[in-house]
Amino acid sequence: MSLADKDRIFTNVYGYQSWNLAAAQARGDWDNTKELIARGRDAIIQEMKDSGLRGRGGAGFPTGMKWSFMPKQPPLDAAGKPKPSFLVINADESEPGSCKDREIIRHDPHKLIEGALVAGFAMGARAAYIYIRGEYIREAEVLFAAVQEAYDAGLLGKNAAGSGYDYDVFVHRGAGAYICGEETAMIESLEGKKGQPRLKPPFPAGAGLYGCPTTVNNVESIAVAPTILRRGAAWFSSFGNENNRGTKLFQISGHVNKPCVVEEEMSIPFRELIERHCGGIRGGWDNLLAVIPGGSSVPLVPAAQIMDCPMDFDGLKAVGSGLGTAAVIVMDKSTDIVRAISRLSYFYKHESCGQCTPCREGTGWMWRVMERLRTGEAHVDEIDMLQQVTKQVEGHTICALGDAAAWPIQGLIRHFRPELERRIEERLGSLQEAAE
Amino acid sequence: MPKLTIDGVELEVPNGATVLQACELAGKEIPRFCYHERLSIAGNCRMCLVEVKPGPPKPQASCALPATEGQEIRTDSEMVRKAREGVMEFLLINHPLDCPICDQGGECDLQDQAMAYGRGGSRYHENKRAVTEKYMGPLIKTAMTRCIHCTRCVRFSEEIAGVDEIGALYRGENMQITTYLEHAAKHELSANVIDLCPVGALTSRPHAFELRPWELKKTLGIDVSDATGANIRIDSRGREVMRVLPRNNDDVNEEWLSDKGRYQVDGLMRRRLDRPWIRRDGKLHPANWEEAFTAIASLNPGSSIAAIAGDLVDCETMFAAKKLLGALGSSLLEGRQTGMDYATDSLAAVNFNSTFAGIETADVILISGSMVRWEAPLVNVRIRKAVKRGAKVFLIGPEWETTFGGEFIGDDLSLLGNLPEAVVRAFGEAKRPAIIVGGAGLGRGGLEAALALAGNFNLVRELEDGTRWNGFNVLHMGASRMGGLMLGFAQKGGIADLVSAKPKVVISLGADEVDYTRFAGSMIVYIGHHGDKGAHAADIILPGAAYVEKAGTYVNTEGRVQFSDKAVFAPGDAREDWTILRALADAFGARVGFDSFEELRAAMIAEVPALGTEGLADYGSDLPSGGGSASGAIAYPIQDFYMTNPIARASAVMQRCSAELLHGEDFAEAAE
Amino acid sequence: MADRYLEPDSPELRAQWGNFAWTQKWAEKAKAAIARYPEGRQRSAVMALLDYAQRQVGEETNTQGWLPIPVIEFVARELDMPVVRVLEVATFYTMYNLVPVGRFHVQVCGTTPCMLRGSDDLIAACERRGMRHGHTTDDGLWTFTEVECMGNCASAPMVQINDDNFEDLTQERLDAVLDALARGDTPKAGTQEPGRHTVEPAGALSTLTAMVNENHDYRGEWQ
Repeated sequence: MSLADKDRIFTNVYGYQSWNLAAAQARGDWDNTKELIARGRDAIIQEMKDSGLRGRGGAGFPTGMKWSFMPKQPPLDAAGKPKPSFLVINADESEPGSCKDREIIRHDPHKLIEGALVAGFAMGARAAYIYIRGEYIREAEVLFAAVQEAYDAGLLGKNAAGSGYDYDVFVHRGAGAYICGEETAMIESLEGKKGQPRLKPPFPAGAGLYGCPTTVNNVESIAVAPTILRRGAAWFSSFGNENNRGTKLFQISGHVNKPCVVEEEMSIPFRELIERHCGGIRGGWDNLLAVIPGGSSVPLVPAAQIMDCPMDFDGLKAVGSGLGTAAVIVMDKSTDIVRAISRLSYFYKHESCGQCTPCREGTGWMWRVMERLRTGEAHVDEIDMLQQVTKQVEGHTICALGDAAAWPIQGLIRHFRPELERRIEERLGSLQEAAE
Repeated sequence: MPKLTIDGVELEVPNGATVLQACELAGKEIPRFCYHERLSIAGNCRMCLVEVKPGPPKPQASCALPATEGQEIRTDSEMVRKAREGVMEFLLINHPLDCPICDQGGECDLQDQAMAYGRGGSRYHENKRAVTEKYMGPLIKTAMTRCIHCTRCVRFSEEIAGVDEIGALYRGENMQITTYLEHAAKHELSANVIDLCPVGALTSRPHAFELRPWELKKTLGIDVSDATGANIRIDSRGREVMRVLPRNNDDVNEEWLSDKGRYQVDGLMRRRLDRPWIRRDGKLHPANWEEAFTAIASLNPGSSIAAIAGDLVDCETMFAAKKLLGALGSSLLEGRQTGMDYATDSLAAVNFNSTFAGIETADVILISGSMVRWEAPLVNVRIRKAVKRGAKVFLIGPEWETTFGGEFIGDDLSLLGNLPEAVVRAFGEAKRPAIIVGGAGLGRGGLEAALALAGNFNLVRELEDGTRWNGFNVLHMGASRMGGLMLGFAQKGGIADLVSAKPKVVISLGADEVDYTRFAGSMIVYIGHHGDKGAHAADIILPGAAYVEKAGTYVNTEGRVQFSDKAVFAPGDAREDWTILRALADAFGARVGFDSFEELRAAMIAEVPALGTEGLADYGSDLPSGGGSASGAIAYPIQDFYMTNPIARASAVMQRCSAELLHGEDFAEAAE
Repeated sequence: MADRYLEPDSPELRAQWGNFAWTQKWAEKAKAAIARYPEGRQRSAVMALLDYAQRQVGEETNTQGWLPIPVIEFVARELDMPVVRVLEVATFYTMYNLVPVGRFHVQVCGTTPCMLRGSDDLIAACERRGMRHGHTTDDGLWTFTEVECMGNCASAPMVQINDDNFEDLTQERLDAVLDALARGDTPKAGTQEPGRHTVEPAGALSTLTAMVNENHDYRGEWQ
């Protein structure tokens, strides 16, 4: 089994052809979008639910259900007028290992923009804000231009795409903060503040951007929506295992022969994914050490456990990790595994917003201990202490960044404790030698 | 009214309560740092975590979680204990171990909670973070390495003070709290962040290394720096008042205090009148009490005597003076030192009727002739709250920097008779309309014109819920004003009536704002505590007690009767004012009918019963109809917020604030 | 990895930047940015305006641009925001340069995916040229920063220099890019791997081969 090109949604993912509207339309985008909208809100949401699409931003929440949380009757503001609703599209792709939304935005932006209209209509939003990470500079230029094309062609704005629905799409550029990928931090950032996550409740569907009902979706979740509606829920759900349906952009980085981004069927076994698209593991399968299968936030999986694991939410959960954004970071045996994880600890320390105590203080503490464990400059007891510290961070913070900082370290300790101990002993030995 | 269980005990809590509030109702102590009842919920310290079912299998921040029907909450479980211990450990890893030299010691939330919820020792072996100090002005001393980033100070400045000047810069473990570019905090409530700071990051600069809280005697008092009547706690050591802190009173000051009320007290130790003085040959010479009374007895004024009350005096002092004059056959009493002569037949017409708590609920407010920020900073806070709830504010007077927006419609009193259409429309649509007349709006027909508007706009009305609303307000500046008016310290023509009576003797009760050249033919007997303007004009000075040195009754601008206790003894030979007046009676050979403070107070209450009951005096809600025309450009009386009374003028801290914050002198470097 | 700090406020800074105002180009962009948000929500445009201000400063100084205090105050006035709130934003997001930078801001991604593919070598290459973390070279040409994941993981390691990404780098390839920039040339952005187009498997396309030479429409193959 392998996904056929005709069943790939992102046919221009490599950008061999133009991203522009004419080319996108020739590939099938914006094809009678009016008809999709004419099906009505409930039908669209039902189709999305039936497709089994789970959010592509990492948490895997069913997309159709998320849309259904938006109020049918908008709440009223202080003056008694109905509040508008918003769709916020998360293009703040910053999770180490993740690089799929970039390809959608720079090579197939009209899938996203059309999806923004359809999804926005389905949830009763009056506009979408696409929050694109600041570092995607050229990508944002394409996105701005593509949105303008859509306006010029009457696909957005008043009576968007002839649907009778008025709808705007705006692009908002970030400026360098991983935490803005967290949905409430993104909303804060959109409001012109520091990207510090909000307390929940209230949830964005009740009070989000400007206090209005808001849904935040990942780029990929939105961009696949028009194709799902065109080809039907049954088509999409024919791929992947039960509860893990559809096609997915995988991003394979690290020690494979040919790193790449590729759209594949959900649940494809790891080995097949690597063999088919990445030219195998550098130095062969015996040289595989471990894999971080879903972006930096998920725990690593040792070679033996990952090789034949289905690459989907449940399969990776079963090996103590997660699909995340399907950002597969492959590490061969040349890897300094402690450094690889410590570098992620540094990342989380760097990206902690600083708002709440366990994350602000814990990420720095964890990184510093990790750096000492890297060089063996630690006491064996400190491995347990570090494990406890990760547990003190996990589940105690406002947002999930604390969890994300804790999990990679927990994965390292779970699977590579002997390596940590070896380094400590080795250093102790060298010190004793020097002393003699 | 959701019903829930807390540690197994079932309990009903009010709608809208948070889980933290529910736990408090159940008598459970919930540790917290960032949460504060009067600030928005930040939820960032994570100290208040509790276990809640139903919910995710992790502890929840109780400060931010709404209490809902059927919740099972545990504050005593292993999960909660570990969560608190973990958060406490994180708070402490980068917190310096400098408690022995930290001024917060003994009243530090972190210290207390670390004892109660922390681990026995530290497991942190990395280098601790150090953060450079941030200059925040003459009142706030910073030690930012101690900061735990609760953001209370940021929220106070933004939400309560309305002066957005403190922020949290950078992010993650490098996050730093600072004022913008380390400029001094420039508003009248800045020092409240010292109280709010749960650790020793923001401490009181004037008190640095001066005191430990457990050495201090605590006395309950009333602030006299304005007519708000803020409730204070006077902390003294020996004969010295070391500091003043606000007390909680939701009706008056909530839990804030103006910087002047807090920091003028070092002025109590400077420029004090600590012995009698007698003027001979144009110069004041030190004397003893006997000499002073002998000199006074020789004045023999008969009924040709007047008394002027200053802004800081208590009701007992004024009543004792009234009794003395009465015994001598005079009723020449006045407290409006600068010549104001508004009618006082109806005290409701010169009172802040809506109350401070009530003005928060007003939906349209017209302010005539008051620079509220300087005249009553704590009332300013209330107006800001009203605006945040949607109130519209219009102001007549020269423009000043408000913290609540508002629209200045001009600076001439004649506008009262000729309001712009928008104002009239707003009042027409208002449900709870209010007018605030300040000191600069009382004269030249201003009060009468405002009263006429009160009638036109129907400011006294019954609300939909059946309660009575009186939106007519006068905002006084003198702490003694309303008490004085209740005791009759007002002549029809104001102080001019006293001038034209040409009294032989004028008794000045700490009256430092009077133009004494108008009393050139009178002997001025000054009873007061500071060598200020009144003393300079005096012929005989009798040293009295300042507000912290005597028990007394004060009535704030709402007509709220409040009692203050004596914290320390007056310095040197100075005595409590009532005893001086009692002795004067003897010197004049008059009988005043009291020999003790209790008798004095009883006599006062017998005459003005309202002064015997703490709380709002009832002046009725009928307002005079007013009328007439007002005109003249408004000029606010306060030129310098920090220098409005003799105590503040003597205060080195207030002088420094004035120089640095109002006159732009640069102390930032000198302070380092 | 450099700690961030603010360029101190000074009379010289005020003299140089106190009169900062938009040029026409940036004024138009700022107006368009503000228009993207509902009325009364102009504060949402603060990130865009700070970016534009930084870019205008860059144009005026022939650098990537940075945000002097008076320029931050200008943005606050433009949006009617308390300046400390603007400063919070400027210090929170890493793309705002708080101190002057050089002509080219060489931002080497050092996060794990790039590290696994050799970002150490790129950092070494920069250091050999005299660049130091968080500093600008004396000739004003290079400012060097190690940054966090830039989202180019399938073409790692990478460097972002001002607005362009250079991917699939080796020491030699980075040297070639930097040499070209130093000469005033405009090196080709994107992957530096010969024969690679973007993020496809290099040299051996495993999917979508029909797309290489034509804008293939797969709809005809749908059932």
